[in-house]
Amino acid sequence: MFLNFNKIWRNEKSREILIQVIVLIGLGWFIAWLAGNVAGNFERLGKDLSYEFLGIPAGYDINQYLIPYNNRDTHLRAAIVGLLNTGLVAIFGIIIATIFGLFLGVLRLSKNWLASKIAYWYVEFTRNVPILLHILLWHGIIINTLPHPKRAIDFGEMAFLTNRGFYLPKPITESGIEIIYLFTIIGIIFSVVFYKYTKKLQENTGKQLPVFWINLSVLILLPVIAFFLSGMPVSLSIPALKGFNFRGGFHLSPELIALTFALAIYTAAFIAEIVRAGILAIDKGQREAAESIGLKQNRVMSLIILPQARRVIIPPLTSQYLNLTKNSSLAIAIGYMDLVATLGGISLNQTGREMETMVLVLLIYLSVSLSISSFMNWYNHKVKLVDR
Amino acid sequence: MEIDNKKYPPGSYPDLPPPPGTIGVIGWLKNNLFSSINNSLLTIISIYLVYLLVDGAINWFVLDAVFDANDKPSCRKIGDGACWAVITRRVDQFIYGFYPHLERWRVDLTFVMLFIAAAPLLYPELVLRKYLLWFSGIYPFIAFILIKGGFFGLELIDTNLFGGAMLTLIIGVTSIACSLPLGIVLALGRQSNLRLVKVLSVCFIEFMRGVPLITLLFVASTMLNYFLPPGTNFNLLVRVIIMMTFFSAAYIAEVIRGGIQAIPKGQYEAADAIGLTYWQTTRFITLPQALKISIPGIVNTFIGLYKDTTLVVIIGLLDPLGIGRAALADTKWNGLSTETYLFVALIFFISCFAMSRYSLWLEKKLSTDHK
Repeated sequence: MFLNFNKIWRNEKSREILIQVIVLIGLGWFIAWLAGNVAGNFERLGKDLSYEFLGIPAGYDINQYLIPYNNRDTHLRAAIVGLLNTGLVAIFGIIIATIFGLFLGVLRLSKNWLASKIAYWYVEFTRNVPILLHILLWHGIIINTLPHPKRAIDFGEMAFLTNRGFYLPKPITESGIEIIYLFTIIGIIFSVVFYKYTKKLQENTGKQLPVFWINLSVLILLPVIAFFLSGMPVSLSIPALKGFNFRGGFHLSPELIALTFALAIYTAAFIAEIVRAGILAIDKGQREAAESIGLKQNRVMSLIILPQARRVIIPPLTSQYLNLTKNSSLAIAIGYMDLVATLGGISLNQTGREMETMVLVLLIYLSVSLSISSFMNWYNHKVKLVDR
Repeated sequence: MEIDNKKYPPGSYPDLPPPPGTIGVIGWLKNNLFSSINNSLLTIISIYLVYLLVDGAINWFVLDAVFDANDKPSCRKIGDGACWAVITRRVDQFIYGFYPHLERWRVDLTFVMLFIAAAPLLYPELVLRKYLLWFSGIYPFIAFILIKGGFFGLELIDTNLFGGAMLTLIIGVTSIACSLPLGIVLALGRQSNLRLVKVLSVCFIEFMRGVPLITLLFVASTMLNYFLPPGTNFNLLVRVIIMMTFFSAAYIAEVIRGGIQAIPKGQYEAADAIGLTYWQTTRFITLPQALKISIPGIVNTFIGLYKDTTLVVIIGLLDPLGIGRAALADTKWNGLSTETYLFVALIFFISCFAMSRYSLWLEKKLSTDHK
């Protein structure tokens, strides 16, 4: 027996199999132990594993919803409202963070000493403070230091900033709006086709057309023309002070603003560093070569530096986007109703189904993360430099 | 400029000083702040912004600020800057939480010993490093005995009383210390030839990285007990530390994997050629090189973990942020959120900034590249 074991252990192949079998047995035992514990605990507490609670009315209100919702709707619908709220914050946060981060990253590389130092200290101050503190700080500032609706800070009697949120004019569509949509789509199709055409034209003849300006004016002009042609089917609902609060218009709650803003400026600090590292990673010779063949500064940036920097920037940038999305779960600290606050918060407390709700929440986040990171892997593979 | 060839025949030009305005203070200003019209505009705007910020900040933070008062209204009567009384009245809570007054020397002592234990780990060239490392090894046990008590006649302290900066340090240091070895194991597992081990490591890492930390903390506080034998009920603080450890171990594993992958193939081939076993290769070839490359990443993960300790406030533990929120819930201090959060932010900024500086220093020190 001992000799036999020794023989197995000495052979690499059989040793690998032996180790894996041991690991498998250990794993199986561990899972069985966990499952046994869960079953025992459930029996002791008189619970069962069931997702039927998703179908019963939730019974709580959500102050921010993208699809119609009231407290007679089901827990499932509440969870979807929460998920959409997470998406809303994530998308706006990502857009603002990208723009601001790019700006900071470029400022950090500026030849102007003062501007680059300001960007540097901004980045250091922002990213060395926990995100939860950013969120709470901005929420506190909105709630505690902005004026009451009666003394709102107004922007040309159209938009109002108060401690109950931001009130914006809201476009109201009437019949005939379809023409505007149609013209906008035509504009988009035209600009894509035109872009491809000019690219081919340049490759074949070397002739360059002002693509950007033509496309921009088409994209703006077509909807505007349609707007007047169809008899102006859009009107604005302007928020107005009625009693103690504003009515009408578009309301952004303090929670939504604080969360989006805090996530955006926090992530922007990280994006700035990524952009800076990406631009610095490009060999100096590339810029010098581009300058020596007479390209203008902005062409050097757009044709030589950025396409190469993109390869370095995109992977960490995507993981920052993912971080922002995951960090949006801190919404629960200020009472913004995202996925964690609805399904993993109030629904959990009301139904007492910790296991079911938490498993759902974990699975949803996991599937979002995994799909984005597999997309990222695919992209990395696509833009990877071929090593010869 | 024409140069008089008769005065200076070719090859005998004198060494002229650089033209005025290209060196010294003026030259620096010209090059770095006013090199073009756009640049000058940018400089002027920046100076104005900095002036506004500094002026406003000094007034609010210091000049108009009130440092001691009984409540918020009396603060506002004295000055219209920050009301730091909300902090100064509770400084001891921000540090110790609700740890009993008479026993606080134990926390102080542990804190001082933390530096002695950490020094040989952080500074490779310390004198008597060998002997101090032994102390670092037994420090966790000393710290546990001192803070929790229950041995040697020390009073047993309930973990519910832990709070403030002390709690942040306990969670942070423990999770950091435990997650490094776990992270190394996971990274090796992910690179392993054993299919099953690899799949398990990948699943664990991707799961931990795919979900937000707050959901893991909820798992710790709500459903972890279901997975343990009926009747076990172990401490919330321990559950939180376990979750934080798992979470950051997954991130550290990825950082170290990057380090392992950066090692040239020739290193393994050489190790195989001289007949090293897997564990010898790992111990003498892979890890020393991989860990060195991944140090900046590891420190960054630690900074992230340290910042993430604030999340425990959501499941009801009282770290400095939790103490601050408790103070704000008091009607006397209602509405002083800016002061409270800025104070906590400052604590975190100082410690995290120091850590990132240390990481830069270490990176430079360990770099053996020829420059």
